[in-house]
Amino acid sequence: MVVEPIKIEEYKSEITPTWCPGCGDFAVLRGIHTALARLKIKSENVVISSGIGCSSNLPGFVNAYGFHGLHGRSLPIANGIKLANTDLTVIATGGDGDGYGIGLGHFIHSMRRNIDITYIVMNNQIYGLTTGQASPTSERGMLTKSTPSGLLEVPVNPIALALISGATYVSRGFSGNADHLSSTIENALSHKGFSLVDVLSPCVTYNKIQTYQWFRDRVYTLEDEEHDTNDLKQAISKSYEWESKIPIGVFYKADKPTYDGDEPALQDGPLVNQPLDTGKNIAKQLLDEFT
Amino acid sequence: MPKNEVVLRVGGAAGDGIASTGESFAKICSRSGLHLLAYNSYQSVIRGGFIYLQLRAGREKIYSHGNKVDFLIALNPLEFQRNIVDVVPGGAVLYNSDKIKPDSDTIPKDVILCPLPVNEILKDIGRNPILQNTVALSSLVQLLNLDVDVMNGVIRDYFGKKKQSVMDINLKVIEAGYDYAKSNLPDFDFDLNPDYNIKRPVLTGNQALGFGSIIAGCKFYCAYPMTPASSILHYLIAQSKKSGMVVKQAEDEISVINMAIGSSFAGVRSMVGTSGGGFALMTEAIGLAGQTETPIVVINSMRGGPSTGLPTKTEQGDLFQAIGASQGDFPKVIIAPSTIEDCYYSIIESFNLADQFQIPVMVLSDLFLSEHMESIVDLDFNSTIERGEIVTSNDSDKLYKRFKYTDNGVSPRAFPGTSNTVFQASSDEHDDYGNIISDVFTDSETRIKIMLKRMRKMKFIEEQLPPVKLEGPVDADLTIVSWGSTYNVVHEAIQILQNNSKSVNHLHIKYLVPLQKGIKEILSKSKDTLIVEANYSGQLSKLISMETGFQINHTLFKYDGEPFYPEQIIDKVEDLI
Repeated sequence: MVVEPIKIEEYKSEITPTWCPGCGDFAVLRGIHTALARLKIKSENVVISSGIGCSSNLPGFVNAYGFHGLHGRSLPIANGIKLANTDLTVIATGGDGDGYGIGLGHFIHSMRRNIDITYIVMNNQIYGLTTGQASPTSERGMLTKSTPSGLLEVPVNPIALALISGATYVSRGFSGNADHLSSTIENALSHKGFSLVDVLSPCVTYNKIQTYQWFRDRVYTLEDEEHDTNDLKQAISKSYEWESKIPIGVFYKADKPTYDGDEPALQDGPLVNQPLDTGKNIAKQLLDEFT
Repeated sequence: MPKNEVVLRVGGAAGDGIASTGESFAKICSRSGLHLLAYNSYQSVIRGGFIYLQLRAGREKIYSHGNKVDFLIALNPLEFQRNIVDVVPGGAVLYNSDKIKPDSDTIPKDVILCPLPVNEILKDIGRNPILQNTVALSSLVQLLNLDVDVMNGVIRDYFGKKKQSVMDINLKVIEAGYDYAKSNLPDFDFDLNPDYNIKRPVLTGNQALGFGSIIAGCKFYCAYPMTPASSILHYLIAQSKKSGMVVKQAEDEISVINMAIGSSFAGVRSMVGTSGGGFALMTEAIGLAGQTETPIVVINSMRGGPSTGLPTKTEQGDLFQAIGASQGDFPKVIIAPSTIEDCYYSIIESFNLADQFQIPVMVLSDLFLSEHMESIVDLDFNSTIERGEIVTSNDSDKLYKRFKYTDNGVSPRAFPGTSNTVFQASSDEHDDYGNIISDVFTDSETRIKIMLKRMRKMKFIEEQLPPVKLEGPVDADLTIVSWGSTYNVVHEAIQILQNNSKSVNHLHIKYLVPLQKGIKEILSKSKDTLIVEANYSGQLSKLISMETGFQINHTLFKYDGEPFYPEQIIDKVEDLI
């Protein structure tokens, strides 16, 4: 049987994105459409969760199930969906404020689980939807609406955090390099385990420092270097490169046990397919344990 | 006439083995066909502190753990002194006389001392300090004329999984304690009328909640440890191999409830359990469940508040928190189970309501209900699982409307993976397809339509829930109103009052949101009204007034962290009528 190629268009929803013209998130959306089409995953088997923020509107623009939840809680929703139905391809999305600020705890703990979901963070180093306050990845000293005298905190390093927290596919993309971004997302989706794609996704409205040009002057692809993605120490060292040279691509990749693979209650297949009357069948036995 | 009921208190410090002693005695009673109720009063310490377990047993159904005690097992000198004042005249104290030297001046005259020279009793057996508990328990079994073989069986089951040698030692200790009591301690006039052919199940409320969820087909339970809800987690994880439930301890309560909402969205019956502080962290997501119409069952086992409050003490102080949980208006149900059996049935009902109406259902237990042990008669396993309307395929060429406008507000659900039903569930306001309206244009017409659709559910929920029932004579001189775990103690108080020719009836309320039907009709015919609540401000009393306009005349509020005693209710009633 010949499988018809699935067209990218089939993954587009009927809703037009409301992002500002030039927003980096368009490239991420295109990257997700492309990766899903290349991997031939049927729309009905894909769920995309998100939090709140400009980038968290993304699920509405993809022809797949979406769960547009609470600010910072994209990952717990995705964790729950994956545990309920391991047959689904589960993608969590959101911005830097959502994932590395209010939702930072879930980020670290989801990586410790190495649960098989792909987390795509549209990192623009600013709060966009709330009109330009400092974000957890804003540079120290940055002038924003909430830091008129300059930000007094250093930025979170999501790549380094991911590397030390147990993620097994750690990567960075750049919205200015759409082809590279699409294949990074595609590989992340194919990976079994927790995959991070941190995307440098410029905010053309509120971040006048980290612009497309600022990144173009700095980014280079790890795939073009002799970077060993099996080498955690080398990956950690690369994750600290920022000021003058910014690596994009895959920092680290490993095959490790996953939470959903090892959870005892999931050994008979997806939870959602299990019979509801298991309890009734053992009710007498369970009650006898109380005597 | 011999006494046909006994109240035992075991007093000591954390780490003295009080809980296991109490559990063993509970099993001895339940396997002797007796009913029992036991309450563990403890502190948030792992070693030391002042804790006791009080257990009341008898052939008839037991409604409270009693107030004064017939037998005290004191495990250290301090607890000997502290608890002896609660021993009834003619009651006794059992204690290790190697460790405790009573000061005769401070012992009430009519309390009988039953010293147990543990070292002497165990001289040929062993010296583990915890064995003193087994000596005391086997002595008590003798004093109550219970069959020592039942105790042997309990100990065999307890140590069966552990080492044979440990079990053998314990069996010898039982024999030695029993024989010592028989030869050396006075006779007590008790006839509990045991029936060794009856074995009664003994459950805590948390076990009943957990058990109910297994029967209801819950496949995902998520929690963060918090007293007094943690034992739901412990029970469910212990059963997970048999029940096929994924039981997940998450990093915080925010993650807990969001994971459960994710799992439920994907089609799995999902539940979370916590106490007031954790519940506070969950509140935003309770609104998310309401807005995305995702069924979820949330247990809040209440403890004394505010803040960390009284971590190991009981209270009914979270009713307003549950009512006000999350911003905005959305359909929801709040149920407060009253007894152990009711915990079981309420959870099954909660899952059905959550699924049928696609709403969050909150179950308010409290420390007393969640953690006390009680014997039950039986449970019905034939309840049906109502999953509500579910779309299993969409063959039409029309797009699936997840939030279709319907007469009862419930739109057929599809789970991810169902052909041709792709949709978005959104915390943002959305239209009937699930598309967010803030991304189309701010659309007040759609906003009103979808809001009305969701809120229409409340009318149908209200119709489905049974009205309140008045227990006792319609023309009584006083109606006592209660909710949640105080059902049993109020019931017992009313029985005693009736025996004293006081005419009192009882209106117990189980459904708080929507507030159960029929309350005003009954109360407006009452001669006088009293509400009993374990909180400071009378939250149910205020809710009734707000919802029905009816003002309850008298109040009995308790917020010291300990459960009500029948005597406290009786005293209040005797002041009134």
